[in-house]
Amino acid sequence: MRIKAQVAMVMHLDKCIGCHTCSVTCKTTWTNRPGTEYMWFNNVETRPGVGYPKRWEDTNRYKGGWILKDGKLKLRAGGPISKLAKIFYNPDMAEMEDFYEPWTYDYDNLIHSPKRDNLPVARPVSTITGKYIDKPEWGSNWDDDLAGGSENVAKDPNVEKMQEHIKMEYERTFMMYLPRICEHCLNPSCVASCPTGALYKRDEDGIVLVDHDACRGWRFCQNGCPYHKVYYNWNTHKAEKCNFCYPRTEAGLPTICSETCVGRIRYIGVVLYDADKVKAAASVEDPKDLYEAQLSCFLDPFDPEVQEKARKAGITDPWIEAAKESPVYKMAMKWKIALPLHPEYRTLPMVWYVPPLSPIMNHITNEDELDTDGYIPAVDQMRIPVEYLASLLSADDTEVIRKVLLKLSAMRVYMRGKTVGGVDEFRQSELVKQAETTPEEIEEMARLLGVAKYNERYVIPTGRREMDDDLHYKRGACSLEELAPPEGMNPRFGMMKVRENL
Amino acid sequence: MAGRNNKLLQSLQYIRRGNKINDNWTEESPRSRDSEELYRRRWSHDKIVRSTHGVNCTGSCSWKIYVKDGIITSETQQTDYPSTGDDYPEYEPRGCPRGASFSWYTYSPARVKFPYIRGDLYDLWRKERNEGKNPVAAWEAIVSNPEKRKKYVSARGKGGFVRVEWQEICELIASSIIYTIKKYGPDRVVGFSPIPAMSMVSYAGGARFLSLIGGTLLSFYDWYADLPPASPQVWGDQTDVPESADWYNSKYFIIWGTNLPQTRTPDAHFMVEARYNGTKVVGVSPDYAEYEKFADIWLPARAGTDGALAMAMTHVILKEFYVKKETPYFLNYVKRYTDLPFLVILREHGDEYRTDRFLRASDFDDKEKLGEWKTVIWDEKKKNIEIPNGTLGHRWDGGNKWNLELKNGAGEEIHPQLSFLSTSDEIVPVSFPYFAEEEGGAVTRGVPVKQIKDKTGNLLKVTTVFDLLMAHAGVDRGLPGDYPADYDDPKPYTPAWQESITGVHRNHVIQVAKEFADNAERTEGKSMIAMGGGTNHWFHSDQIYRAILNLILLTGSQGVNGGGWAHYVGQEKVRPVEGWNVISFATDWGVAPRLQNGTSFFYFVTEQFRYEIKNDDEKEDAWGSKYRGMHPADVNALSARLGWLPSFPQFSQNSIDIVKESREQGAKSDAEVIQHVVEKIKKGEIDWAIENPNDPRNFPRVFFNWRSNLLGDSGKGHEYFAKHFIGGEHQVMANAESSWQPEMVHISDTPPEGKTDLFVSIDFRMTSSGLFSDIVLPAATWYEKYDISSTDMHPFIHPFNAAISPPWKAKSDWDTFREIAKVFSELAKEHLPKTEELLMRPLGHDSEGEIAQELGKIKDWRKGETEPIPGKTMPHLQIMERDYPRTYEKMITIGPNLKKGYGGKGVKLPGEKVFAELKDRLGESTFDGIGKGNPDLFSDRKAIDAILFMSGATNGKRAVEGWKSMEEKTGLKLTEIAEAREEEDFTLEALTAQPRTSISTPMWSGMEKDGRRYSPFTVNTEYNIPWRTLTGRQSFYLDHEMILDFGEALPLYLPPLNKGPFVKNDRQVADDGKSLTLRYLTPHQKWGIHTMFTEATPMVQLFRGWQVVWMNEEDGASIGLKDNDWIEVFNRNGVVVARVVLTYRMPKGMVYMYHAQDRTMGVPGTAINKKRGGTHNSITRISVKPTHMIGGYSQLSYGFNYYGPTGSQRDTIAIVRPLKEVDWLEN
Repeated sequence: MRIKAQVAMVMHLDKCIGCHTCSVTCKTTWTNRPGTEYMWFNNVETRPGVGYPKRWEDTNRYKGGWILKDGKLKLRAGGPISKLAKIFYNPDMAEMEDFYEPWTYDYDNLIHSPKRDNLPVARPVSTITGKYIDKPEWGSNWDDDLAGGSENVAKDPNVEKMQEHIKMEYERTFMMYLPRICEHCLNPSCVASCPTGALYKRDEDGIVLVDHDACRGWRFCQNGCPYHKVYYNWNTHKAEKCNFCYPRTEAGLPTICSETCVGRIRYIGVVLYDADKVKAAASVEDPKDLYEAQLSCFLDPFDPEVQEKARKAGITDPWIEAAKESPVYKMAMKWKIALPLHPEYRTLPMVWYVPPLSPIMNHITNEDELDTDGYIPAVDQMRIPVEYLASLLSADDTEVIRKVLLKLSAMRVYMRGKTVGGVDEFRQSELVKQAETTPEEIEEMARLLGVAKYNERYVIPTGRREMDDDLHYKRGACSLEELAPPEGMNPRFGMMKVRENL
Repeated sequence: MAGRNNKLLQSLQYIRRGNKINDNWTEESPRSRDSEELYRRRWSHDKIVRSTHGVNCTGSCSWKIYVKDGIITSETQQTDYPSTGDDYPEYEPRGCPRGASFSWYTYSPARVKFPYIRGDLYDLWRKERNEGKNPVAAWEAIVSNPEKRKKYVSARGKGGFVRVEWQEICELIASSIIYTIKKYGPDRVVGFSPIPAMSMVSYAGGARFLSLIGGTLLSFYDWYADLPPASPQVWGDQTDVPESADWYNSKYFIIWGTNLPQTRTPDAHFMVEARYNGTKVVGVSPDYAEYEKFADIWLPARAGTDGALAMAMTHVILKEFYVKKETPYFLNYVKRYTDLPFLVILREHGDEYRTDRFLRASDFDDKEKLGEWKTVIWDEKKKNIEIPNGTLGHRWDGGNKWNLELKNGAGEEIHPQLSFLSTSDEIVPVSFPYFAEEEGGAVTRGVPVKQIKDKTGNLLKVTTVFDLLMAHAGVDRGLPGDYPADYDDPKPYTPAWQESITGVHRNHVIQVAKEFADNAERTEGKSMIAMGGGTNHWFHSDQIYRAILNLILLTGSQGVNGGGWAHYVGQEKVRPVEGWNVISFATDWGVAPRLQNGTSFFYFVTEQFRYEIKNDDEKEDAWGSKYRGMHPADVNALSARLGWLPSFPQFSQNSIDIVKESREQGAKSDAEVIQHVVEKIKKGEIDWAIENPNDPRNFPRVFFNWRSNLLGDSGKGHEYFAKHFIGGEHQVMANAESSWQPEMVHISDTPPEGKTDLFVSIDFRMTSSGLFSDIVLPAATWYEKYDISSTDMHPFIHPFNAAISPPWKAKSDWDTFREIAKVFSELAKEHLPKTEELLMRPLGHDSEGEIAQELGKIKDWRKGETEPIPGKTMPHLQIMERDYPRTYEKMITIGPNLKKGYGGKGVKLPGEKVFAELKDRLGESTFDGIGKGNPDLFSDRKAIDAILFMSGATNGKRAVEGWKSMEEKTGLKLTEIAEAREEEDFTLEALTAQPRTSISTPMWSGMEKDGRRYSPFTVNTEYNIPWRTLTGRQSFYLDHEMILDFGEALPLYLPPLNKGPFVKNDRQVADDGKSLTLRYLTPHQKWGIHTMFTEATPMVQLFRGWQVVWMNEEDGASIGLKDNDWIEVFNRNGVVVARVVLTYRMPKGMVYMYHAQDRTMGVPGTAINKKRGGTHNSITRISVKPTHMIGGYSQLSYGFNYYGPTGSQRDTIAIVRPLKEVDWLEN
């Protein structure tokens, strides 16, 4: 057992209002520079829909993630030799039209237009070519709220798979939102894809980063990531990706996308896992078993043995305490209502999703057909097909989805019974039993999902900076030292560095 | 630091392999992580400043503004709101993607950095000035010369701005004002600035200046059609709604035409989270709107048919919870808190009866003071008529019985009888209006009545409002008449009846109505309906809302936390309203402001009244309405001369000259002047401006547009604005000559164009309004000034703070108007000395004006039906002193008139002490002049602290004083509501340190007491304070003569209007292949707040850029459209060019052009007119509803932004077709 800690995230899709605040605050902070115009470390997709970049889930096209070949885990895009062959031309790579051609407007014309015959206007301008365009043709969220209709929805790879279940018509409309950031996977294929080894997963918190000093801009990470969450900066010629706002998490603050999420859908917490189990978990035969296999990597922070081994592995008590309070641990591991996105990619993603509820189909008009308590609809009457959610979150295992939705419905029925009454007590207890939960668990869930206080949504211990740097020096450091390096100090230990051999 | 200095050494060190783990799958690498510093540096900042966004979105969110190296870098939401309680979701974080993009503007190329003026105007100005003319003479020389005037007016909207300095531009503006006042009167100087709540001091800057000089301020809430007229009609209140956190208290939540996730973004989570606490959510919308995602059931009612759905639900609730069984909670509630037990007279009409006015105390004798304003009930125990406490008569009779205790004047208990069903003297056939299929129709149903003798011995037939409602709603109680047999009988208003209208399955209607009421019974009223633009922006919005409110009132859900209506369109709630009123309208200097209803103003100024389409005049109106056939402009003129609505400019004659003439002709006292004027008015020697809108004397000459994008956003009938008001490029295709013209309003042969002499915009970005303006002044952004903001969505008051000082030549609005006032005052010394003028004001709500019109009978003095009496049968008249050279001195100090006291909504606060204490709080002015030694009001920060100090919501002492004043009128104990917070005293500094929850004051009807969530009308239900209505209760029934004439006494369903897209003699558009005629709707959008934020790069790229129009994909395919194709949308009002968004999420037969994308970005020329494509409002034209013009009668009395006609624009039909060629018109 080799215990490591990771700061992970849960997104509660039922709560997502599709507002894109996360995307904007993230962009304003991290990708608001030349070369990054098209990058959205965080984006939100309307589903069903094609996503950003277009059809990123089409693994045949982009060849991201891992496959199991002869019982062995391999990059779908191929090993180092096939990479070398493609190093100057990689046909798997997403192109600009798969993302979009970013644009702006000629705003200055509004103020400084000379006198003309007609009202001045700011024409659209491509930020790549600097030339006028007549109209934008695609964007990072072009199909928001089912814009483009069946033309776009039909191209959703999940929809393609299950045509007979999805009717693209007014009466049967359904939609949901899928916010996405880097998954900060336990088994990151982007890291494995890089020919120069420039990507790494941080030891102390599991955040996956690009080493900008090492990156040579080969871009294999871009399509090596099946979630397409590594981008290429055409100005600096380096890869960039979601950094889980480590400058904030190190300070104990939630990521920008989380703190600014007005739907309050995001939860951040520490989980402990056994790093020695990762390969085996990613290598189970049946994709439907990947979810449970991934769960088996996580460790119970309340187990004294785990705690002891964690301490030995350098994990401090505040981190162990945080792991105990972790909302991620509760939702993903304990209650099992949060699921990994596309577990079949075998990267063991660490952003977890609670699947959304949805309204009943309107063709149900007979009161007797309305299950549960009559007020709260039953899982099988909901608009979003369980198969669709299963395609996203459980490698097509619909039972996993049904279980979660049942639990969430049972919670609503139970809480209605508790706060209003008028619910048939027998049916309610049957439902709770069927959902494999208990009143205690339900009340705990209702609090974390509904009341959702800041300090319960985000349980983040501050970063362990004391492990690696000369903090005494850093307190007063000024970039002047880059011009004039300090002399006369022992550069190996600094003044206050603890000698490891003592 | 190790190895930091030698990269090569460093990298060599890492050739060493790391430790392999995980079955050799993973390597623990010791490599350097120096590049992590890059992002750490990006995240760093020097300071965080608390500010917010002054935009009309109801958000009022508190933000952290990050400043690094003196540059504003970004913003994220504050999370430090006071807690809502241990078991309750919090307000953090409040904010949305739009607000999060705001810092883009600070340094963007769209920013207005300097004062700009149209080059043609500047040339003219320089020429006159260089010739040696003084500024006022220079302005006169330009505007009085038609050729010169035309030169710059015709250049509007065509580019060619030049930069000028502040001093010079202020001189030009001040001169135009002085010239206008001298020549036409001060009321021709007009200001439009909406939504003070979003930045109160920035509003106050301009409002104070205009009020001091006698200028006209336009309302906005009614003009935007965000004002729900049903609210004053039902409650006598403008709008009072629960804060969003109260949604979490609801156990059954219907979202009905308000897109909470999309438009109430920071609040939506309370609804979402309530579901985990067991709340059921129902969504009603024609499209699969974002909020349907959270619904348990979607009721896809066709656009504009919500009233039908609500009437059917009303039917079900009455049947199930009032007939099939009796529900004690409901019965008790409606008897105490609604007008259902009040008695109404039935009037003979042919063989049948019609409902007439309320029975009143004055019908029996003349003993009761103000008996004609005291409505009565039947006591079920004593079997006699009783006058319950709390009616409008009690409010003004000088006594202390204005309360809702179930007692009569003698203090005896009373027992209101709800129905005469079992005790009637007879059953009579009553004919009820029924307009679902045609405009005038009726159904006849039996109603139980009581026969009562009045004071003249007449035998009256009376019944209760409840019995009328039962019959009207078609609830069968075994009475004769045309009642439906059951829910499946398609007669009004059954679930089966609504099915063909709304498209909603009858079983769903029954289920939802039953659940809604059942939930309310179980929870004692925790059933809530969120409503908004989708249900309110219609011509018949009042009736749609009243029908929906039936459900709320019948289930006892109003005035209960977690229950009631939740209407959110427009950030109308100025929490510290008493203090803000004083500062904004300069009442501290004894000024009465000219507050004009925006709808009427724009209706006339943009000549939209000349493009009306007459109701089908071939068909006879079976209901026999007298006023329905009257042109709305004629009704408006009637309304103005009877004092119902304000009307500025007021008379064709200059209001200064009118007084001067009277004085010259011998009138001495003010009263004599007024008497003299009334005589002249009676003789027709003074002309009403509203009756002569085409007379150039009545044009609004100088127009200020600030905190607003009137011409790119809220200017409904945009092309009529462009044509008649501005005189710029326009695409009107309607023909005025062949439209319906008024009879009493005098018009010229051709409607005038380019009415205004000077249009000034103040903004930090260049919008359509700026493009059409003569002058654009650079405003400070919300991160560069001080101000305060509040909303009804949460209980806090948020400060704006300057993260950086205004860059370039930008100024805050407060400073801008102060500078203009300064230059104006200096010029006035020579050109405009102290004078006096005549001011006209309408009969106001919450004043004795609301008991002006007895029994709600219309009497026109012009027809000799009554005498013209100011303040009674015509507007108030008063003489106002205008000391123009002292305007600046008054602007920057608080005047002594404050000592006389102040307040609002009938609440009066003492002023002496406040005036004295303000000297300490603000310091004394040292500026030489009339205000020396008074409290100092020089800066925006002083204005903020003055407002906070004077208002109950922000100062506990004021709150207690307010409640004390209410105790006198009601005879109730009320001060305890605020006592626990009496010591609290908010300042700008305190609010900056942390948001504070406002204090309960009688200016509002809910309470923040004991940490509870704000829910409106809880002081009414818990403390027995009456509603400010005729009966003092919540109103189902309205009995004004004109309402009865329109058949709208009780809530009913009226279909949307179907006028256009073209009518006879309009300009023909050449046929260009396939097209579709559809309903055109403009709901609020996702990527901006109105036009604000829409330019910001993150917002632009998050969807498709601008402009776009949504429609059903099959509709699109039928005219050969593909997604993202260019289209033209047009009708007689104008033309839009946009790209189409096709989807199956929308039903067929309608398009959404989401509100306010502004035409400034990416809009090519139209094929039809070869001009720049229009805005979303190029297709619209407002329709005004005459019944909203009623005034001087109880709750149907005028209040600024409170009551009056709304600028509804939703009932629009348009044509869509492909645009074949893109022309950017770069000539």
